[in-house]
Amino acid sequence: MITRMYKLVLIALLLIPSFAQADDLIMRRIAVDFPETMTTLQASVIAQGYRVSRVQRVDIGLTSSGYDTAEYRLVFMARPDQMDLIETKHPDLIPFVPLKITIFAEGNETILVTLNPLKFNEFFPDEGLGDLFAQWEKDIVEIFDRVQSEQ
Amino acid sequence: MLRIFIIGFGLLLHASALANHSGQHLYDQNCATCHGFNGSGGVGVPLSLPAFLDSVSDNYLVKTIRHGRPGRIMPAFKALQDEEVNAIVAHIRSWSDKPAPIYTDKSVQGDATKGKELFAAHCAICHGADGQGGPGTGVTMSRPRSLPILAPALNNSGFLASASDEMIKHTLMEGREGTPMVSFLNDGLSEQDINDLVAHVRSYEKQAGSSSMAPVEDEPSILVSESPYSVEETVDNLVNAVESMNFRLIRIQDLESGVVEEGKEDKGQVIIYSCNFSLLNEALKIDPRIGLFLPCRVTVFQHGDKVLIMAANPKKMSDVFNNRELESVCRDMKQVYLDMIDEALF
Ligand code: HEC
Ligand code: HEC
Repeated sequence: MITRMYKLVLIALLLIPSFAQADDLIMRRIAVDFPETMTTLQASVIAQGYRVSRVQRVDIGLTSSGYDTAEYRLVFMARPDQMDLIETKHPDLIPFVPLKITIFAEGNETILVTLNPLKFNEFFPDEGLGDLFAQWEKDIVEIFDRVQSEQ
Repeated sequence: MLRIFIIGFGLLLHASALANHSGQHLYDQNCATCHGFNGSGGVGVPLSLPAFLDSVSDNYLVKTIRHGRPGRIMPAFKALQDEEVNAIVAHIRSWSDKPAPIYTDKSVQGDATKGKELFAAHCAICHGADGQGGPGTGVTMSRPRSLPILAPALNNSGFLASASDEMIKHTLMEGREGTPMVSFLNDGLSEQDINDLVAHVRSYEKQAGSSSMAPVEDEPSILVSESPYSVEETVDNLVNAVESMNFRLIRIQDLESGVVEEGKEDKGQVIIYSCNFSLLNEALKIDPRIGLFLPCRVTVFQHGDKVLIMAANPKKMSDVFNNRELESVCRDMKQVYLDMIDEALF
């Protein structure tokens, strides 16, 4: 009885609407400058159990081609087990992995943007990967939350 | 007893959940990425300028949050509760010590035909010939720009559903000090001219669908072709294709590079990264968030006894930014991939 009541309360709490919005992008403004945010972001990706497979310095390419830009980079992240799963069982997803986070400077602040992995449910409805996409979404939100809480 | 305790605990949690929904917190989570923590703007336009706050009603703010600006970056926040939207508006309002103006829904009477001519002469240079708004984003300073603040889209269904005639008239009469939008009364127009302009702006409502994004359901998620060549040959062909299309080859790497231990990468899966920095520079001016599409990437992949060339279809993702200006960029990028793949397989 009590556990049932507890469950009801829990369900009621879960139903309280929060930010649970299926946005197409996950975006955050971080009140810290670019270099520091870049360091925290990479540490946060690793703390979430992913590897930073590469950092692409888009800004360097742009400036060396004569175009003005503030710092602009891409952080690629992946987990070996998930890469393996995709390569062997779900090759259609290959062009989308490793996942990537866009990070760019806006004055003394920094913007993080990434595609909401839940969007993959629309791209790949038949792969049966809903759980993986939900996990990715949760992980990215947690990565961003951690960067934000360290500001 | 225990039950009451549990319910009490539940209520406590509920209360803290609500406290989290304070206006500032909600604003920081939902709006600050684009409009800045203090409303100074970024990808979005500034919201804290006195001239702005003094000229828009709370009703305008509420409706803008609900409707967004379809195709103009600003999302529609449909999932927020009414109290949450009100809390956000109260937070924005706290940046001003003046009370919010209140407008009625009365329409302003004017001659839309005359208004159209006036618009072409006085407004189109910033707001676009059809009121579609200026190019690019709010005020973002991450790259050079032409106007310090984006000229908003006036033919946008979200704007027209939010702004009353009286608010538009007020904006034209007073201008928005501190922005490129001047008072047109001071600039030589009469009140009748301004009424005609309001009638013209309102007439955009009849151009149905002018602001919605093109549907992408029918687009494939990936572009894929089978190559008759080996992985190495296909990669060589792609490198030539990249160069002949004036893209700069950035890097050839194993798919698993950086993910698995060095030396243990599967050699049958290769990524070719390239970029055309002049195109990229143009795309970043439109929207700095497009990192999602960067750099150009084609993957060559040994799948069983087949060699496949794959790329993510940029057109499939063209709607995620709610930015119509990106639609043509994504269409062109899709074509670039198709041409690259074609050339490599020739
Ligand atoms: C993804 C970026 C983005 C987010 C997130 C965003 N906005 Fe906007 N917003 C914009 C852009 C861009 C415009 C200008 C569009 C136009 O008029 O062409 C805009 C316009 C507005 C306007 C109209 C300004 C004017 O001059 O009339 C208001 C008000 C506004 N946003 C409030 C908000 C609030 C409140 C939130 C959070 C609930 C929010 N926005 C979230 C990008 C954003
Ligand atoms: C020099 C460029 C420029 C010209 C010319 C100009 N505007 Fe604007 N207009 C702007 C900018 C920039 C804003 C946004 C101001 C702000 O951030 O509050 C704006 C805001 C507005 C708004 C409020 C829209 C909103 O979303 O809040 C209206 C309505 C408007 N303009 C109508 C007109 C009309 C009609 C004319 C011609 C008589 C005109 N503008 C001429 C640049 C211009």
